[in-house]
Amino acid sequence: MKNFLSDTVTGLKPSGIRRFFDIVSEMKDAISLGVGEPDFDTPWFIRDEGIYSLERGRTFYTSNAGLKELREEISNYIKRKQGITYCADNEIVVTVGGSEAIDIGLRAVINPQDEVIIPQPSYVSYEPCAILAGAKPVIINLRAENEFRLQCEELLNAITDKTKVLILPYPNNPTGAIMERDNLEQIAQIVKEKDILVMSDEIYSELTYKDKHVSIAALEGMKERTILINGFSKAYAMTGWRLGYACGPADIIAQMTKIHQFAIMCAPTTSQYAAVQALKKGDEEVTKMRQSYNQRRRFLMEAFKEMGLECFEPYGAFYVFPCIKEFNMTSEEFATQLLMEEKVAVVPGTAFGDCGEGYLRISYAYSLENLKIALQRIKNFVEKLKS
Amino acid sequence: MRDELLSILEKNSRIDFKELAVLLGVTEEQVLNEISKLEKENIICAYHTLINWEKTDIEKVSALIEVKVTPQRGQGFDRIAERIYNYPEVKSVYLLSGGYDLLVTLEEKSLKEIAAFVSDKLSTLDSVLSTATHFILKKYKDHGTIINATSKDEREVITP
Repeated sequence: MKNFLSDTVTGLKPSGIRRFFDIVSEMKDAISLGVGEPDFDTPWFIRDEGIYSLERGRTFYTSNAGLKELREEISNYIKRKQGITYCADNEIVVTVGGSEAIDIGLRAVINPQDEVIIPQPSYVSYEPCAILAGAKPVIINLRAENEFRLQCEELLNAITDKTKVLILPYPNNPTGAIMERDNLEQIAQIVKEKDILVMSDEIYSELTYKDKHVSIAALEGMKERTILINGFSKAYAMTGWRLGYACGPADIIAQMTKIHQFAIMCAPTTSQYAAVQALKKGDEEVTKMRQSYNQRRRFLMEAFKEMGLECFEPYGAFYVFPCIKEFNMTSEEFATQLLMEEKVAVVPGTAFGDCGEGYLRISYAYSLENLKIALQRIKNFVEKLKS
Repeated sequence: MRDELLSILEKNSRIDFKELAVLLGVTEEQVLNEISKLEKENIICAYHTLINWEKTDIEKVSALIEVKVTPQRGQGFDRIAERIYNYPEVKSVYLLSGGYDLLVTLEEKSLKEIAAFVSDKLSTLDSVLSTATHFILKKYKDHGTIINATSKDEREVITP
């Protein structure tokens, strides 16, 4: 029998997270700080709306781009938060999580040989999605001394005449880094000069702990060259509902909607009805969750300071990204040994790109009680290594 | 800081100053000052513990009593409320809008004692017009805490 598999797919690197997951799931009593999703349940009024929509028998497809009412609420929300006006009729598509938006966004714009610039460490799916879309990924290795913010010279060095898309993953998973307005203005300048499209993944936009998140699409001349991606998973603790969206120029959104229509049909209807309520009435709950995350973030920073573990202060998402280079171990060795000896699971930085070597991703989407126990164990481990 | 401090303390009054300072991103001294101000202003009135008495051997019976009263000239409901809340077995007294005036929570060792309180002490007060007593059978949630909450982290242990 011949080999039926696609060379492109078999050629994709296996996920570093998957490998580590298999080790962790063997350990019964380990405390995990490895989760990339909120520990909160979806606020009750949102769940209640989902239940109500099922009771009402709203079990049909919605329009391909998503419920009109939801697109209008998304439009209002982005206007309210970022000051950008997107037309609900043709500049917004509702997707199955932000992940689908990344996938179809790239597929809608990539021609063979096009290059996609991906700053790393970053979320695991940009590179494979770019490859599957037929693009050549060009990786920028972000640096801790710049707080993992994208620098102009790094971008300029990565740009060629084949560059089509820059992926801008801020607030960042796994580093917790953010880009502030002046950082973005510099990047926007280059992007406009070099005529590049930006895919801005802003799924953590509600979770920033300094100033409010600024979208690059809000800067002058950027709306027409940005695909803004966001969703409900992180802000409203709705990961399992699988609901995200993309906003952008009408011609790009039309092509994305075409792929979405053929591949997916429409995002889950129950989730869409629930999401309308999330956007209408969710601000207070989001603020409460943000406050909790921020308390835990401060707690972790203090704990690392006490144990003398180097870590830049992250102002976004719900991760800290401490440096373990002083121990002369790889991230994976450190994480494995920490798991074996102290039963704490963290994710090696290398799962998010080669330049994550020497770092760990620690999630604070856990209760303070859990974090306290886990951090005590990490402290024991670090002290053992240092002695 | 004040709002955030209060919302933490409302859920956990045993938290120490050092930890509060870390969580709020301020100094311990600032926390200490703010708390003593809040206590002085009577914004923080007391620090309580929520106890599930059902799990102990101690017998307790609680009742909610709806009370209709005649407000008194010049003092409204305050005077009669005071006469009621001064009894130590009375746990709370609220003035309500609607069909009756005061809602009184009572805690006693037995049903009999509650009955005695209502008939001997409460109903005999001059301005009390009528009472309706409801016994509490089970508490599901109290002060924002679900009494028998079982929370288990069902998330996958590692996700990107």
